[in-house]
Amino acid sequence: MNVRYMYSLIAVIVLFLLAYAGAEAGVWSQYILGVVIPYLAILVFVVFFIRRIVGWAKSPVPFRIPTTCGQQKTLPWIKSSWLDNPSSRLGVIARMFLEIVFFRSLFRNTKFAVKDQNKPFYALELWLWVGALAFHMAFFTVVARHLRFFTQPVLFPISLLENIDSFFQVGLPGVFISGVVLFAAVTFLLIRRVLIPQVRYISLASDYFPLFLIFGIAFSGLLMRYFSKVDVVGVKEMAMGLVTLHPHIVEGVGAIFYVHVFFVSILLAYFPFSKLMHLGGIFLSPTRNMVNNNRAVRHINPWNYPVEVHTYEEYEEEFRDKMIEAGLPVEKE
Amino acid sequence: MSDELLKPEELIKIDHKIPSKDWMDTPVNIRKGMYCYASNPKSVEYVGLPHARAWNPLDDDWKLPENWKQIIHEGFKERLDKFRSFKVFMDICVRCGACADKCHFFIGTGDPKNMPVLRAELLRSVYRNDFTKVGKILGKIAGARELTIDVLKEWWYYFFSCTECRRCSVFCPYGIDTAEITIMARELLNLIGLNIDWIATPVANCYRTGNHLGIQPHAFKDMLDFFVEDIEEVAGGIQVEPSFNRKGADILFITPSGDVFADPGTYTAMGYLMLFHYLREKYGFDITWSTYASEGGNFGFFTSHETMKRLNSKMYAEAKRLGVKWILGGECGHMWRVINQYMDTMNGPADFLEEPVSPITGTKFENSKSTKMVHIAEFVADLIKHDKLELDPSRNDHLKVTFHDSCNPARGMGLLDEPRYVIQNVCNHFYEMPDNTIREQTFCCGSGAGLNAGENMEQRMLGGLPRANAVKYVHEKHGVNMLACVCAIDRAALPPLMEYWVPEVDVTGMTELVANALIMPGQVDRTTDLRGEEIPGLQSDDVKTEGDNVEK
Repeated sequence: MNVRYMYSLIAVIVLFLLAYAGAEAGVWSQYILGVVIPYLAILVFVVFFIRRIVGWAKSPVPFRIPTTCGQQKTLPWIKSSWLDNPSSRLGVIARMFLEIVFFRSLFRNTKFAVKDQNKPFYALELWLWVGALAFHMAFFTVVARHLRFFTQPVLFPISLLENIDSFFQVGLPGVFISGVVLFAAVTFLLIRRVLIPQVRYISLASDYFPLFLIFGIAFSGLLMRYFSKVDVVGVKEMAMGLVTLHPHIVEGVGAIFYVHVFFVSILLAYFPFSKLMHLGGIFLSPTRNMVNNNRAVRHINPWNYPVEVHTYEEYEEEFRDKMIEAGLPVEKE
Repeated sequence: MSDELLKPEELIKIDHKIPSKDWMDTPVNIRKGMYCYASNPKSVEYVGLPHARAWNPLDDDWKLPENWKQIIHEGFKERLDKFRSFKVFMDICVRCGACADKCHFFIGTGDPKNMPVLRAELLRSVYRNDFTKVGKILGKIAGARELTIDVLKEWWYYFFSCTECRRCSVFCPYGIDTAEITIMARELLNLIGLNIDWIATPVANCYRTGNHLGIQPHAFKDMLDFFVEDIEEVAGGIQVEPSFNRKGADILFITPSGDVFADPGTYTAMGYLMLFHYLREKYGFDITWSTYASEGGNFGFFTSHETMKRLNSKMYAEAKRLGVKWILGGECGHMWRVINQYMDTMNGPADFLEEPVSPITGTKFENSKSTKMVHIAEFVADLIKHDKLELDPSRNDHLKVTFHDSCNPARGMGLLDEPRYVIQNVCNHFYEMPDNTIREQTFCCGSGAGLNAGENMEQRMLGGLPRANAVKYVHEKHGVNMLACVCAIDRAALPPLMEYWVPEVDVTGMTELVANALIMPGQVDRTTDLRGEEIPGLQSDDVKTEGDNVEK
């Protein structure tokens, strides 16, 4: 038994029980779960997210240190890799775009294994890429789709997204692919983390916690939409109340809704203090967001300071006689 | 090579089973063959680095300064504030595991703390404890732990088990670069005098004499004069005349001193001399060596940013003193990472130099117009493209060549196709190693970043295993017998690695192959390669076989 995922699992179960109990206790606790905590969570998220980004941005980038993953721009007849070894801002933007939206570096992932006679070999291993991309894309879509609860009238791009998302109509209500994919992907990432020995070995409680939490969010969401059939009109009314700063509780939306909202609130509040900040950090990673043109354009280090050096004069002073004897030119005979 | 080293078949027990015990509860095991000796206090003192003392990694007591924890904590904070890379990399790792099996040391040793992610976690755990609220409150649950003497020893061992090769950073979805983390960790360790001698002494040597090996100016000239004699012998009576510290030369040449010192790097050094002689005879090429800036490499880079800057300063200082137009740099790995990504920022602007133009082809090296330093592979590729070298690649026909991309030129610069172009123009038999082991995915020699000492041979052989294995593959498949590279540490590190894992394969520099194929003006009866070995098919008449005659 691994204490690290147990801690996280227990934490999420406790959070679930808290929310469930709160939802059943009465209107006052529903108000806390449905209004007070979401507001607080959003506040914490926004304030500390910005603080974190500003904290990173405050540290300068003294050297231009891109990791070059292709041919440099050099002689005109040698084809350079404008994307993997960008020599222009445009190349960096394209590199970052592919990295952020399509996880390009993960797409390179290889797996090392040992074949016969202790021979290591390497094979492309894309399951992590597939799982990670499915997870993030689905999460993004689900979040975007949820904006329908917070806008009145529902914005066109959101309706469009919904239509695409429910393209494969299976019965009623229409199944949103994103929700199912999110649930499947988070389950995959969780199982992967527990089952692959190397990954389990490096995992911290803070790696399991968000996965369990998001699992809970996705699960409660699917439950509301397809099984317990939550009162969508009531939910929308509450959401619009939050957005328009006239928060109020609608009776009878059910305990699972409060669990769902509570989990999301916890995720938001936890976000800025956790590894989930990779969302912001990836934009600031100097090995990816810099142009490899350091020999053509000088990069300035804001804290560059003079250092003690061993000058030629000191050098000649020590070795002058030997230099003269060897016939080497000297400054002072 | 150490006598006590196990035989290859005994050493290779690739076992990557993960221990059941949590890594935080597993203390480091520093054992013979797997670590480098502690720095000599005299060397540390010479360059004025703090807390010079004699100490032994195997002892319990490392004779640390009393306030070492405070020094580390403050040093940590200072670096978080000075380097965005460090701060971001401490925060955003999600431990996805993509880097885990990309490290040559993990592949070779199976030690889980050699997974790049765990190597970084060694620092991150202390970072969380000292600098984050969550870590302070939740402690171990949040992956935080206090800096203790055991943690410090773990740092020392594992950050001197990283060659800063950046392979992991290619695969990381956020570009987290373990090299960057190791650089910071080594800076912190140096604050309390915990360097290794294979780095500290070359640094002191370089500061004093201009090169890592401590070769004094007259001896440096002597060594090149030996090459002059050797060249006369192997190159059919050619008399080359290198010049030193010569003011008013067009170009200053700087290359690692390792190539002046030991085989097979010496053949690359001879190659430089022959190439420059050829260009002078044919085109009036005007270049000088320097005894003061007689080192291209920079072991300061493996110590701290400041030490790197102090050693690197000689390049521009000497170029300025001699009044050259620009600088040509020889074959070296980390030297080129420093030149490409640090030099101009640290010690520039080099406004006293001119934008580099090849005096022979007129090519402007636009990509180095600010740093004013050109790589020999770029320079030679341009010469060959413009048909300025008379080459007979059949003189390398006895060699079946593959090319090892050195980590730093590959992942800190992107010098991939220039050396390939050159090699393929001077050799008829060239074979690439498998795709996942070359170019940006190249495997380290296992001895970079100052780890090419003698006492850590087991560590080096294990770290170099993935590289050796790829060489073995092309050796078995294509009969490859020569491993070419553009790095002086490679030329020191790969021969023992090959001797151990693939003894049939030798190591060469790019320029040696060029000089082998170069038809020197006025050469007579040149039947050997630079190593003095007869080239099959070129023997003098009396030993010629009939087959040779038929071919001609």
